[in-house]
Amino acid sequence: MPTHAQILPLVFDKVSYVAKGARLVDEFSVTLDPGTRTIILGPNGAGKSLVLRLSHGLLQPTSGAIRWEGPGGGNKASLHQAMVFQRPMTLRRSVGANLDYVLSLRKVPRELRRAKTAEALKRAGLFAMRSRPARVLSAGEQQKLALGRAWVMEPEVLFLDEPTASLDPAATREVENMINAIHQAGTKIIMTTHDLGQARRLADDIIFMHQGRLIERAGAEEFFEHPRTPHAEAFLNGELLP
Amino acid sequence: MSEIWSALGKAMVLIADFDPDLVEIIGLSLRVSLTAVLIAAVIGLPVGAAVALFRFPGRPVLVVLINALMGLPPVVVGLIVYLLLSRAGPFGVFNLLYSPTAMIIAQAILIGPIVAALTRQTVEDLWQEYGEQLTSFGVGPGRAVWTLLWDGRFSLLTGVLAGFGRASAEVGAVMIVGGNIDHLTRVMTTSIALETSKGNLEIALALGIILLIIALGINASAYAIRDVAYRTES
Repeated sequence: MPTHAQILPLVFDKVSYVAKGARLVDEFSVTLDPGTRTIILGPNGAGKSLVLRLSHGLLQPTSGAIRWEGPGGGNKASLHQAMVFQRPMTLRRSVGANLDYVLSLRKVPRELRRAKTAEALKRAGLFAMRSRPARVLSAGEQQKLALGRAWVMEPEVLFLDEPTASLDPAATREVENMINAIHQAGTKIIMTTHDLGQARRLADDIIFMHQGRLIERAGAEEFFEHPRTPHAEAFLNGELLP
Repeated sequence: MSEIWSALGKAMVLIADFDPDLVEIIGLSLRVSLTAVLIAAVIGLPVGAAVALFRFPGRPVLVVLINALMGLPPVVVGLIVYLLLSRAGPFGVFNLLYSPTAMIIAQAILIGPIVAALTRQTVEDLWQEYGEQLTSFGVGPGRAVWTLLWDGRFSLLTGVLAGFGRASAEVGAVMIVGGNIDHLTRVMTTSIALETSKGNLEIALALGIILLIIALGINASAYAIRDVAYRTES
């Protein structure tokens, strides 16, 4: 693994996000430390994706502050992050060229790019498809390509927004395996899901959100065994939240 | 009726023999229209992409202007370029009127807006899909323009082909600024107009057939491009 400048921890200080008069994220405060797979859990419309986009700098908070408090957390912090979206965006180029593109953005020399691309494609199980147009791959393969492309940037933090929401079970398993492999290689995972089973399989710690608010923050085992709030308990029991 | 058939036969002979006058006219037509398309693409592609991606003062005016210019009648473009290039006009000193250069300028003005408008639409649609991920990658504005132009290459090429089709088929603009001078500014469309009025149907028909073949070629190319795009991008 590359030596990171270390941008974590990520601190949310009373962050609110308002759009068209609606308070979609409300006084959200949390600290995210390195190491764990953090799952942001909650029903649809809880504000999970917005928190992810605010973290990654794709959106600016209406009020409050978001800080990368590690020694490397200056204005170069974005170089150490990557994000994978629910619907994978693949460039209209070959599978290999999709990886080469981000490496060239990171100014990796051409000779090195070829080797890194090949290695990343092997890790993603896509090496045999390296010359194919990326857009003809299946949804699951495209998502693995998006993950491989994020991985090749060797981020310190990887954001994932419901990465398996539109995939079948087999593809979901492969994507989850890849997420674990990326984590084991030293990357902090911050991921949203509304799928309880997935949260149980992947989470080290849970941030439970509802209606734009942080409801509960706990280690995964503690959260699933002994939820402290009625909202979390109701969600775990599969009830519809008010 | 037999007159038309005989003219058609003579036209075929002219084409088959590579008649030097015919070849000269076709050569000039292609040179003028291809150069105009090149200029229109060099200007229209980045302008269209910039209008799609960036918000700047005057942008709405530019969008309306580009869309309006798309449907401009060639004779009006010809008239405007004529006024600009004529002795009394602002660019009269360059002495460009009645030259192939004047025809290239007129056709570039005619098709530049087509290329720009199609580019704007293509790039805007792509940005809807790519925007968040490219921002996440940390792609700067210049690189984003280049990325979107490249990834939109099939649609954009179709747009450029449409521009070439319009340029090679128009008669009004090149007639006014070129003057249809023999061996100097005579192109296919202006020759057809002249020879038909003179009753030289065989030359007019021969040129008409060539123009038809060019139109067919353009559309076949556009179809092939769409086919490749469908197989690699769907």
